[in-house]
Amino acid sequence: MRSFKADLHIHSVLSPCGDLEMSPSNIVSKAKELGIECLGIADHNCTLNAKLTQRLGKENGIFVLMGAEVTTKEEAHCLCFFEKEEELDAFQTYLDEKLPKIELDEERFGYQLVVNEREEILEMKQYLLISALDADLDEVYNMVHSLNGLFIPAHINKGANSLTSQLGFVPPDIKADGLEISAHITKQAYLKKNAYLKKFQFIQSSDAHYIHLIGETFCYIVAENELTFSEFRLAIAGKEGRYIQTIE
Amino acid sequence: MTVKDLAERLNLKVISGAQGLDRVVEGGYTSDLLSDVMGNSEMNQCWITLQTHKNIMAIASLKEIACIVLVKNLEPNPETLEQSNEEGIPILSSSKESFETTGEIYALLK
Repeated sequence: MRSFKADLHIHSVLSPCGDLEMSPSNIVSKAKELGIECLGIADHNCTLNAKLTQRLGKENGIFVLMGAEVTTKEEAHCLCFFEKEEELDAFQTYLDEKLPKIELDEERFGYQLVVNEREEILEMKQYLLISALDADLDEVYNMVHSLNGLFIPAHINKGANSLTSQLGFVPPDIKADGLEISAHITKQAYLKKNAYLKKFQFIQSSDAHYIHLIGETFCYIVAENELTFSEFRLAIAGKEGRYIQTIE
Repeated sequence: MTVKDLAERLNLKVISGAQGLDRVVEGGYTSDLLSDVMGNSEMNQCWITLQTHKNIMAIASLKEIACIVLVKNLEPNPETLEQSNEEGIPILSSSKESFETTGEIYALLK
Protein backbone atom coordinates (compact mmCIF):
# COMPACT_ATOMS: atom_id res chain seq x y z
CA MET A 1 0.00 0.00 0.00
CA ARG A 2 1.01 3.56 -0.57
CA SER A 3 -0.50 7.05 -0.77
CA PHE A 4 -1.27 8.75 -4.07
CA LYS A 5 -1.67 12.51 -4.10
CA ALA A 6 -5.02 13.20 -5.78
CA ASP A 7 -7.03 16.19 -6.97
CA LEU A 8 -10.26 14.70 -8.22
CA HIS A 9 -12.27 17.72 -9.28
CA ILE A 10 -10.83 19.68 -12.20
CA HIS A 11 -12.65 21.61 -14.91
CA SER A 12 -11.30 21.93 -18.44
CA VAL A 13 -12.03 24.39 -21.25
CA LEU A 14 -15.23 22.42 -21.80
CA SER A 15 -16.80 24.06 -18.76
CA PRO A 16 -17.94 27.56 -19.73
CA CYS A 17 -16.46 28.87 -16.50
CA GLY A 18 -13.19 26.94 -17.07
CA ASP A 19 -10.28 29.16 -18.08
CA LEU A 20 -9.07 28.85 -21.67
CA GLU A 21 -5.70 27.67 -20.35
CA MET A 22 -7.37 24.55 -18.95
CA SER A 23 -6.61 22.26 -21.87
CA PRO A 24 -6.09 18.59 -21.06
CA SER A 25 -2.38 18.91 -21.91
CA ASN A 26 -1.91 21.93 -19.61
CA ILE A 27 -3.84 20.25 -16.81
CA VAL A 28 -1.69 17.13 -17.02
CA SER A 29 1.57 19.14 -17.17
CA LYS A 30 0.57 21.20 -14.16
CA ALA A 31 -0.44 18.10 -12.20
CA LYS A 32 2.89 16.47 -13.00
CA GLU A 33 4.77 19.56 -11.84
CA LEU A 34 2.85 19.43 -8.54
CA GLY A 35 3.46 15.73 -7.96
CA ILE A 36 -0.23 14.87 -8.34
CA GLU A 37 -0.61 11.20 -9.25
CA CYS A 38 -4.36 11.04 -9.70
CA LEU A 39 -6.68 13.57 -11.34
CA GLY A 40 -10.44 13.65 -11.74
CA ILE A 41 -11.70 15.40 -14.83
CA ALA A 42 -15.20 16.67 -14.10
CA ASP A 43 -16.67 19.26 -16.45
CA HIS A 44 -20.21 20.50 -15.95
CA ASN A 45 -22.65 17.96 -17.37
CA CYS A 46 -20.26 16.80 -20.07
CA THR A 47 -17.47 14.22 -20.36
CA LEU A 48 -15.97 15.00 -23.74
CA ASN A 49 -12.46 16.05 -22.66
CA ALA A 50 -12.09 13.16 -20.23
CA LYS A 51 -10.72 10.44 -22.53
CA LEU A 52 -7.96 12.66 -23.88
CA THR A 53 -7.02 13.74 -20.36
CA GLN A 54 -6.83 10.13 -19.29
CA ARG A 55 -4.59 9.23 -22.24
CA LEU A 56 -2.26 12.19 -21.67
CA GLY A 57 -2.21 11.38 -17.97
CA LYS A 58 -1.20 7.81 -18.67
CA GLU A 59 1.72 8.98 -20.81
CA ASN A 60 2.85 11.07 -17.84
CA GLY A 61 2.36 8.57 -15.05
CA ILE A 62 -0.89 10.13 -13.80
CA PHE A 63 -4.06 8.11 -13.34
CA VAL A 64 -7.10 10.08 -14.51
CA LEU A 65 -10.65 9.38 -13.39
CA MET A 66 -13.01 10.16 -16.28
CA GLY A 67 -16.33 11.74 -15.49
CA ALA A 68 -18.44 14.84 -15.13
CA GLU A 69 -19.81 17.15 -12.47
CA VAL A 70 -23.52 16.71 -12.85
CA THR A 71 -26.10 19.32 -11.82
CA THR A 72 -29.13 17.37 -10.58
CA LYS A 73 -32.67 18.66 -10.73
CA GLU A 74 -32.21 19.96 -7.17
CA GLU A 75 -29.22 21.93 -8.53
CA ALA A 76 -26.83 19.97 -6.36
CA HIS A 77 -23.44 19.29 -7.99
CA CYS A 78 -22.29 15.67 -7.95
CA LEU A 79 -19.13 14.06 -9.32
CA CYS A 80 -19.71 10.98 -11.46
CA PHE A 81 -16.77 8.80 -12.51
CA PHE A 82 -16.56 5.84 -14.89
CA GLU A 83 -14.03 3.12 -15.47
CA LYS A 84 -14.51 2.26 -19.13
CA GLU A 85 -14.88 4.37 -22.24
CA GLU A 86 -18.13 2.57 -23.21
CA GLU A 87 -19.64 3.42 -19.83
CA LEU A 88 -18.52 7.02 -20.18
CA ASP A 89 -20.05 7.16 -23.67
CA ALA A 90 -23.35 5.77 -22.43
CA PHE A 91 -23.38 8.37 -19.67
CA GLN A 92 -22.67 11.13 -22.20
CA THR A 93 -25.73 10.02 -24.20
CA TYR A 94 -27.77 10.24 -21.00
CA LEU A 95 -26.42 13.73 -20.26
CA ASP A 96 -27.26 14.93 -23.78
CA GLU A 97 -30.78 13.63 -23.34
CA LYS A 98 -31.35 15.19 -19.90
CA LEU A 99 -29.70 18.59 -20.47
CA PRO A 100 -32.16 21.40 -21.28
CA LYS A 101 -31.65 22.80 -24.78
CA ILE A 102 -30.62 26.33 -23.88
CA GLU A 103 -28.37 27.94 -26.48
CA LEU A 104 -25.00 28.96 -25.04
CA ASP A 105 -24.39 32.72 -24.99
CA GLU A 106 -20.59 32.72 -25.13
CA GLU A 107 -20.32 36.43 -24.31
CA ARG A 108 -21.98 35.84 -20.97
CA PHE A 109 -20.99 32.33 -20.02
CA GLY A 110 -17.73 31.56 -21.82
CA TYR A 111 -16.69 28.89 -24.29
CA GLN A 112 -17.41 25.16 -24.11
CA LEU A 113 -14.62 23.53 -26.06
CA VAL A 114 -13.73 19.97 -26.86
CA VAL A 115 -10.05 19.99 -27.85
CA ASN A 116 -7.31 17.64 -28.97
CA GLU A 117 -3.81 17.26 -27.51
CA ARG A 118 -2.50 20.13 -29.68
CA GLU A 119 -5.21 22.36 -28.20
CA GLU A 120 -7.05 22.55 -31.50
CA ILE A 121 -10.81 22.92 -31.20
CA LEU A 122 -12.69 19.79 -32.25
CA GLU A 123 -16.17 20.86 -31.20
CA MET A 124 -17.95 23.76 -29.53
CA LYS A 125 -20.82 22.46 -27.41
CA GLN A 126 -24.01 24.22 -28.39
CA TYR A 127 -26.16 24.02 -25.27
CA LEU A 128 -25.40 25.69 -21.96
CA LEU A 129 -23.69 23.06 -19.81
CA ILE A 130 -24.28 24.68 -16.43
CA SER A 131 -28.05 24.11 -16.49
CA ALA A 132 -29.66 21.51 -14.26
CA LEU A 133 -30.45 18.10 -15.75
CA ASP A 134 -34.02 16.89 -15.80
CA ALA A 135 -33.13 14.13 -13.33
CA ASP A 136 -33.08 14.13 -9.54
CA LEU A 137 -30.36 12.86 -7.19
CA ASP A 138 -31.67 9.32 -6.92
CA GLU A 139 -32.18 9.02 -10.65
CA VAL A 140 -28.64 10.15 -11.47
CA TYR A 141 -27.22 7.88 -8.77
CA ASN A 142 -29.11 4.92 -10.22
CA MET A 143 -27.96 5.72 -13.76
CA VAL A 144 -24.32 6.05 -12.65
CA HIS A 145 -24.52 2.74 -10.81
CA SER A 146 -26.18 0.98 -13.73
CA LEU A 147 -23.03 1.96 -15.65
CA ASN A 148 -20.77 0.67 -12.90
CA GLY A 149 -19.69 4.21 -12.00
CA LEU A 150 -19.16 6.12 -8.77
CA PHE A 151 -21.31 8.97 -7.47
CA ILE A 152 -19.82 11.56 -5.13
CA PRO A 153 -21.83 14.68 -4.15
CA ALA A 154 -19.47 17.65 -4.58
CA HIS A 155 -18.30 20.31 -2.09
CA ILE A 156 -21.05 19.43 0.37
CA ASN A 157 -19.81 22.03 2.85
CA LYS A 158 -20.35 24.93 0.47
CA GLY A 159 -23.18 27.46 0.46
CA ALA A 160 -23.94 27.14 -3.25
CA ASN A 161 -24.84 24.25 -5.55
CA SER A 162 -24.32 21.68 -2.84
CA LEU A 163 -26.58 19.21 -1.06
CA THR A 164 -26.39 21.52 1.92
CA SER A 165 -27.43 24.68 0.10
CA GLN A 166 -30.12 23.04 -1.98
CA LEU A 167 -31.57 20.62 0.54
CA GLY A 168 -30.74 22.32 3.84
CA PHE A 169 -28.56 19.42 4.99
CA VAL A 170 -27.09 16.23 3.58
CA PRO A 171 -29.92 13.67 3.75
CA PRO A 172 -28.82 11.02 6.28
CA ASP A 173 -29.78 8.26 3.86
CA ILE A 174 -28.20 9.90 0.81
CA LYS A 175 -27.27 7.38 -1.88
CA ALA A 176 -23.61 8.10 -2.55
CA ASP A 177 -20.28 6.32 -2.84
CA GLY A 178 -18.38 9.05 -1.02
CA LEU A 179 -18.57 12.76 -0.31
CA GLU A 180 -16.43 15.71 -1.34
CA ILE A 181 -15.43 18.75 0.68
CA SER A 182 -13.81 21.91 -0.67
CA ALA A 183 -10.60 23.70 0.30
CA HIS A 184 -12.49 25.82 2.82
CA ILE A 185 -12.72 23.29 5.65
CA THR A 186 -11.05 20.17 7.03
CA LYS A 187 -12.77 16.81 7.24
CA GLN A 188 -12.29 16.86 11.02
CA ALA A 189 -14.02 20.24 11.36
CA TYR A 190 -16.83 19.19 9.03
CA LEU A 191 -17.48 15.92 10.85
CA LYS A 192 -17.50 17.66 14.22
CA LYS A 193 -20.75 19.30 13.11
CA ASN A 194 -22.00 16.44 10.91
CA ALA A 195 -21.05 13.31 12.80
CA TYR A 196 -23.83 11.35 11.10
CA LEU A 197 -21.78 11.33 7.89
CA LYS A 198 -18.69 9.67 9.32
CA LYS A 199 -19.54 6.36 7.65
CA PHE A 200 -18.46 7.95 4.34
CA GLN A 201 -14.99 8.34 2.90
CA PHE A 202 -14.31 11.97 2.05
CA ILE A 203 -12.32 13.32 -0.84
CA GLN A 204 -11.08 16.88 -0.80
CA SER A 205 -10.46 18.64 -4.08
CA SER A 206 -9.66 21.99 -5.62
CA ASP A 207 -12.60 22.32 -8.06
CA ALA A 208 -10.00 24.20 -10.13
CA HIS A 209 -11.25 26.30 -13.04
CA TYR A 210 -7.83 28.01 -13.42
CA ILE A 211 -4.46 26.39 -13.89
CA HIS A 212 -2.86 27.94 -10.80
CA LEU A 213 -5.61 26.49 -8.59
CA ILE A 214 -4.96 22.85 -9.46
CA GLY A 215 -3.78 21.12 -6.30
CA GLU A 216 -4.87 24.06 -4.11
CA THR A 217 -6.21 21.34 -1.92
CA PHE A 218 -5.99 17.58 -2.43
CA CYS A 219 -6.25 14.25 -0.68
CA TYR A 220 -4.38 10.96 -0.69
CA ILE A 221 -5.72 7.71 -2.04
CA VAL A 222 -4.23 4.90 -0.01
CA ALA A 223 -4.19 1.86 -2.27
CA GLU A 224 -2.13 -0.88 -3.86
CA ASN A 225 1.05 0.11 -5.65
CA GLU A 226 -0.54 0.52 -9.05
CA LEU A 227 -3.52 2.85 -8.96
CA THR A 228 -6.53 1.68 -11.01
CA PHE A 229 -10.24 2.43 -11.04
CA SER A 230 -10.85 -0.75 -9.04
CA GLU A 231 -8.35 0.41 -6.42
CA PHE A 232 -10.09 3.79 -6.25
CA ARG A 233 -13.45 2.03 -5.96
CA LEU A 234 -12.15 0.13 -2.92
CA ALA A 235 -10.60 3.27 -1.43
CA ILE A 236 -13.78 5.35 -1.70
CA ALA A 237 -15.65 2.48 -0.04
CA GLY A 238 -12.97 2.19 2.65
CA LYS A 239 -12.63 -1.50 1.91
CA GLU A 240 -9.81 -4.06 2.04
CA GLY A 241 -7.39 -1.70 3.73
CA ARG A 242 -7.83 1.02 1.10
CA TYR A 243 -9.10 4.45 2.09
CA ILE A 244 -8.92 8.19 1.45
CA GLN A 245 -6.73 10.34 3.64
CA THR A 246 -7.58 14.05 3.74
CA ILE A 247 -5.10 16.72 4.76
CA GLU A 248 -5.40 18.34 8.21
CA MET B 1 -56.64 31.56 8.52
CA THR B 2 -56.30 27.78 8.40
CA VAL B 3 -54.59 25.69 5.75
CA LYS B 4 -58.05 24.47 4.75
CA ASP B 5 -59.27 28.04 4.17
CA LEU B 6 -56.17 28.79 2.14
CA ALA B 7 -56.66 25.70 -0.03
CA GLU B 8 -60.34 26.45 -0.60
CA ARG B 9 -59.96 30.17 -1.29
CA LEU B 10 -57.16 29.68 -3.82
CA ASN B 11 -58.31 26.38 -5.25
CA LEU B 12 -55.14 24.54 -4.20
CA LYS B 13 -55.09 20.77 -4.41
CA VAL B 14 -54.52 18.97 -1.10
CA ILE B 15 -51.99 16.26 -1.90
CA SER B 16 -51.17 14.88 1.52
CA GLY B 17 -51.16 15.53 5.24
CA ALA B 18 -54.90 16.31 5.27
CA GLN B 19 -55.11 15.75 9.04
CA GLY B 20 -53.17 19.02 9.40
CA LEU B 21 -55.68 21.16 7.48
CA ASP B 22 -56.68 23.02 10.63
CA ARG B 23 -53.13 24.33 11.15
CA VAL B 24 -53.00 28.11 11.28
CA VAL B 25 -51.29 30.09 8.54
CA GLU B 26 -49.95 33.45 9.66
CA GLY B 27 -47.70 34.31 6.75
CA GLY B 28 -45.63 32.84 3.99
CA TYR B 29 -42.09 32.30 2.75
CA THR B 30 -41.10 31.71 -0.87
CA SER B 31 -37.74 30.07 -1.59
CA ASP B 32 -36.25 27.00 -3.26
CA LEU B 33 -32.98 26.94 -1.35
CA LEU B 34 -33.59 24.79 1.69
CA SER B 35 -30.66 26.28 3.57
CA ASP B 36 -32.31 29.67 3.14
CA VAL B 37 -35.67 28.37 4.35
CA MET B 38 -33.96 26.76 7.32
CA GLY B 39 -32.41 30.10 8.23
CA ASN B 40 -35.22 32.52 7.45
CA SER B 41 -38.68 30.98 7.49
CA GLU B 42 -40.83 31.30 10.60
CA MET B 43 -43.29 29.03 12.32
CA ASN B 44 -46.88 29.00 11.04
CA GLN B 45 -45.84 30.24 7.62
CA CYS B 46 -46.86 28.49 4.45
CA TRP B 47 -43.81 27.70 2.34
CA ILE B 48 -44.02 28.14 -1.41
CA THR B 49 -41.45 26.10 -3.37
CA LEU B 50 -40.77 23.90 -6.36
CA GLN B 51 -38.52 21.51 -4.43
CA THR B 52 -40.05 18.06 -4.03
CA HIS B 53 -37.22 16.18 -2.26
CA LYS B 54 -38.12 14.69 1.10
CA ASN B 55 -35.80 17.09 2.90
CA ILE B 56 -38.54 19.73 2.50
CA MET B 57 -40.58 17.78 5.05
CA ALA B 58 -37.70 17.62 7.50
CA ILE B 59 -37.32 21.38 7.31
CA ALA B 60 -41.07 22.03 7.49
CA SER B 61 -41.19 19.88 10.60
CA LEU B 62 -38.18 21.48 12.29
CA LYS B 63 -39.40 25.00 11.56
CA GLU B 64 -43.06 24.22 12.34
CA ILE B 65 -44.18 25.38 8.93
CA ALA B 66 -48.00 25.35 8.56
CA CYS B 67 -48.02 23.78 5.12
CA ILE B 68 -45.99 23.47 1.92
CA VAL B 69 -47.38 24.83 -1.35
CA LEU B 70 -45.82 23.29 -4.44
CA VAL B 71 -46.08 25.37 -7.59
CA LYS B 72 -46.67 24.54 -11.26
CA ASN B 73 -48.67 21.39 -10.47
CA LEU B 74 -45.56 19.70 -9.08
CA GLU B 75 -46.08 16.53 -7.10
CA PRO B 76 -43.97 15.51 -4.09
CA ASN B 77 -41.62 12.51 -4.30
CA PRO B 78 -43.18 9.35 -2.77
CA GLU B 79 -41.01 9.60 0.39
CA THR B 80 -41.97 13.25 0.78
CA LEU B 81 -45.65 12.41 0.51
CA GLU B 82 -45.35 9.62 3.02
CA GLN B 83 -43.67 11.86 5.55
CA SER B 84 -46.25 14.58 5.06
CA ASN B 85 -48.97 12.06 5.91
CA GLU B 86 -47.01 10.82 8.92
CA GLU B 87 -46.40 14.26 10.35
CA GLY B 88 -49.69 15.83 9.39
CA ILE B 89 -48.06 18.77 7.66
CA PRO B 90 -50.12 19.28 4.50
CA ILE B 91 -48.64 19.58 1.04
CA LEU B 92 -50.79 21.63 -1.32
CA SER B 93 -50.25 22.08 -5.02
CA SER B 94 -50.94 25.14 -7.15
CA SER B 95 -51.33 25.16 -10.92
CA LYS B 96 -49.62 28.55 -11.00
CA GLU B 97 -45.98 29.66 -10.83
CA SER B 98 -44.24 30.89 -7.67
CA PHE B 99 -44.81 34.54 -8.56
CA GLU B 100 -48.57 34.25 -8.95
CA THR B 101 -49.00 31.80 -6.08
CA THR B 102 -47.06 34.03 -3.72
CA GLY B 103 -48.99 37.10 -4.86
CA GLU B 104 -52.36 35.47 -4.31
CA ILE B 105 -51.43 34.17 -0.86
CA TYR B 106 -49.98 37.54 0.09
CA ALA B 107 -53.15 39.32 -1.00
CA LEU B 108 -55.22 36.90 1.04
CA LEU B 109 -53.17 37.18 4.23
CA LYS B 110 -52.25 40.86 4.36
